[in-house]
Amino acid sequence: MGLLALFRRTPSSANVAKERLRIIVAQERSARGGPDYMPLLRRELLEVIRKYVNVDPGAVQINVERDGEHEVLEFSVALPEKAR
Amino acid sequence: MTEIIVVTSGKGGVGKTTTSASLACGLARRGKKVAVIDFDIGLRNLDLIMGCERRVVYDFVNVIQNECTLRQALIKDKRLETLFVLAASQTRDKDALTSDGVRRVFDELAAEGFDYIICDSPAGIEKGAHLAMYFADRAVVVVNPEVSSVRDSDRILGLLASKTHRAEQGNGGVKEHLLLTRYSPKRVASGEMMSVDDVKEILGLDVVGVVPESTDVLQASNAGVPVILNDESDVSRAYEDAVARLLGETVPLRFISEPKKGFFARMFGG
Repeated sequence: MGLLALFRRTPSSANVAKERLRIIVAQERSARGGPDYMPLLRRELLEVIRKYVNVDPGAVQINVERDGEHEVLEFSVALPEKAR
Repeated sequence: MTEIIVVTSGKGGVGKTTTSASLACGLARRGKKVAVIDFDIGLRNLDLIMGCERRVVYDFVNVIQNECTLRQALIKDKRLETLFVLAASQTRDKDALTSDGVRRVFDELAAEGFDYIICDSPAGIEKGAHLAMYFADRAVVVVNPEVSSVRDSDRILGLLASKTHRAEQGNGGVKEHLLLTRYSPKRVASGEMMSVDDVKEILGLDVVGVVPESTDVLQASNAGVPVILNDESDVSRAYEDAVARLLGETVPLRFISEPKKGFFARMFGG
């Protein structure tokens, strides 16, 4: 490490690793513990919706929220602008 | 009370067996009665690291299948009075392990007055790894400060929180600890390696130990003497500290920073 290193401002590879892990770990944790049928349910729902509206696969969100004793299946679809 | 500790990681080659051997020796050096069990059926290695490979007559699977008694299969360590090794079978496949069989062995060890059972988990998330963690009270998750190891260990944390006896009973689950191995303070300082705090933050675990990268680990496995017994080594000191923390002592982390460079060294390289 010499003089130049003092002025260098590119993010270190350790920081890149940390950011990538932060994202993937958060994503994998949110999928964890959900019912096993979620990926299939998501796919089939998307197929049904696409018969009527051409939505983007990323526009469908399914979540299981725990609220005390209850579990709520939350389902939201963002419709494209033209479909309205 | 017998405490069952699983040493696990998901990823292979991060130091589970080295850690199992050293923690078992460290606990035994403090007078605890310890059994260390190799759960890697078909790929036995703990016996080599412990240096007792020529004394294996009966193994874990023999005990489970009632082909010998537990006492016949426990190998008494030559260095430490209160330390015993239970080797994995080299010839059977992993289906030879059963949950009932493992429970029976643990119950017998408890009846024999063992203080600690250290379970050396195989890599992966299949049967051997599952049974190694299933009855655990605590888990030492061994992680290298590297992306694939961190991600795999997070997967293991998910299994510890759902697929263990304690999780199923709902009585607080398995207590999890993070143990970082192959840590290089120099590479952390130059931004090439994630720091203890980075890994701790990503996984959200308390740190039970940080073991520096060292050639002493290979030398220890060459000789069949667990590295914690090499009192000259920083690795040994790091494992001793981890043992102290497992026993509830508060010990500051060592070997996590490079000695500070002076002004001239920083300006002109070194």
